[in-house]
Amino acid sequence: MSATGTYNKLVPEPTPHSAPYWEGLNRRKLLLQKCRGCGEIRHYPRPMCPSCHSMEVEWVEASGRGVIHSWTITHHAFHPGVREDLPYTLATVDLEEGVRMLAQLRGVPDDKLRIGLPVRVEFETVKDGLTLPYLVPGEPA
Amino acid sequence: MSLREKGAITGVGETAYSRESGRSVLSLQLEASLKAIEDAGLKPSDIDGVIPYSGVVAEDFITNLGLPDLRFSAVTPLGGASCVAAVQCAVAAIAAGICNHVLIPVGRNGASGGRIGMRVQQMPQFRLVGEFEMPLGAIAPAQLYAPMARRHMELYGTTSRQLGEIAVSTRANAMLNGNAVMTKPMTIEDHQASRMISDPFRLFDCSLESDGSCAIVVSAAERARDLRKPPVVVMGVAEGHPDSPSVITQRPDMTRLGIAKAAPRAFEMAGVKHDDIDVAEIYDCFTYIVMCQLEDLGFCKKGEGGPFVESGAIRLGGKLPVNTHGGLLSQAHMVGMNHIAELVRQLRGEAGKAQVRDAEIGLVTGYGDMGDGSVAIMRRG
Repeated sequence: MSATGTYNKLVPEPTPHSAPYWEGLNRRKLLLQKCRGCGEIRHYPRPMCPSCHSMEVEWVEASGRGVIHSWTITHHAFHPGVREDLPYTLATVDLEEGVRMLAQLRGVPDDKLRIGLPVRVEFETVKDGLTLPYLVPGEPA
Repeated sequence: MSLREKGAITGVGETAYSRESGRSVLSLQLEASLKAIEDAGLKPSDIDGVIPYSGVVAEDFITNLGLPDLRFSAVTPLGGASCVAAVQCAVAAIAAGICNHVLIPVGRNGASGGRIGMRVQQMPQFRLVGEFEMPLGAIAPAQLYAPMARRHMELYGTTSRQLGEIAVSTRANAMLNGNAVMTKPMTIEDHQASRMISDPFRLFDCSLESDGSCAIVVSAAERARDLRKPPVVVMGVAEGHPDSPSVITQRPDMTRLGIAKAAPRAFEMAGVKHDDIDVAEIYDCFTYIVMCQLEDLGFCKKGEGGPFVESGAIRLGGKLPVNTHGGLLSQAHMVGMNHIAELVRQLRGEAGKAQVRDAEIGLVTGYGDMGDGSVAIMRRG
């Protein structure tokens, strides 16, 4: 949250398909969709399983552990709300559950970034009713 | 039925490219459209198909050009892959007998109007990115595409200097073009000194935001022979969509683009091999995207794009001259329609100082919307 208390970054607009994901973050849980038809876990949340075409889902809690798949270090403010964060690292992570997520990575020097680096998910409430995930160095599997 | 040699590009038209046109997008598109129609030796009333690009609609062309009987309109919403995909759409409509002369205009006030880099969040095809990535700070294409390049670098040893060679080569070509926004020479050192935007992309790895318009006319092949200029015949054309088409984060192999699926179809339809391609205009929103497409098209193996460009292969006079007009990186960002216009000039022998000698067969690609691809192979008619 900025010094004035006004959150000026882009905010998500949850849909009926994704609302449980965002509610889970508010409870500091990373929830993933699991197909009730075939058991496949998918991300990001969406209505249909591409394997069996079931639209029935349950939500399972991810371990929050994963390894880096790729990353970028952003030096340019593409939105006024991120100017104070520059530079920041956006990491794409292979989660243990077999899907990927993207979040800001904190606490890893640029020259230590590598594919396969273990990370884990933390949570940060950035405004009333909005909690976002971020990543920190994790323990090797 | 194959689309092979059913259609030809018969006219191309471009406005001046700039950072501030001072005009409406529609007026820019109408100017380029008239030029393309005239270049073909047609009258506006001959146009019976239109494939417009975002911001304007087919009705705008009926109204302003006075089209008496438009028989076909469609849109091909593939971002930067739209223009070449529109050629496929036009040739399909022509081959089906619906129409004979399809106008495909593109135009934008990309510099003076709304910033293109900020447009993504408003586009419905990016709903997932908009909900799950933009709130985390991954907002612009440069940030969304950079992890593809970073992974390529980590897996294959690709370097920033190799990406820089694409920027430098493209700038050198822009300087031969009388209608390019960027006219100062660039060295690898200039590229390396340009400010970091989103690692590994430096400023000079990123394309321009430009004002202007470019339009083409696609005609039925049998009618094209009697028009003003030698036709440029579409031998093969295809579009392809990558797995996880709108979210790069979830893509099984993030170093493989949709064009990897389209390329074998286009080459098979055209009946040519890679060695037959004399010149290639490759969509270049970012340097890395050129390198990745060269691999996915099969001009070199996956992972060998860095050494391929470093060898000088893509320079004028090289094995495969690329973006002989200066591309989106240095001529102007016209969504890749300027790539089609340049290929037509090359195959007509009208490319001036950038002319590839005896260019007979060429290739043009589009890339957009997080990985959609399109490719056309054309020959001098």
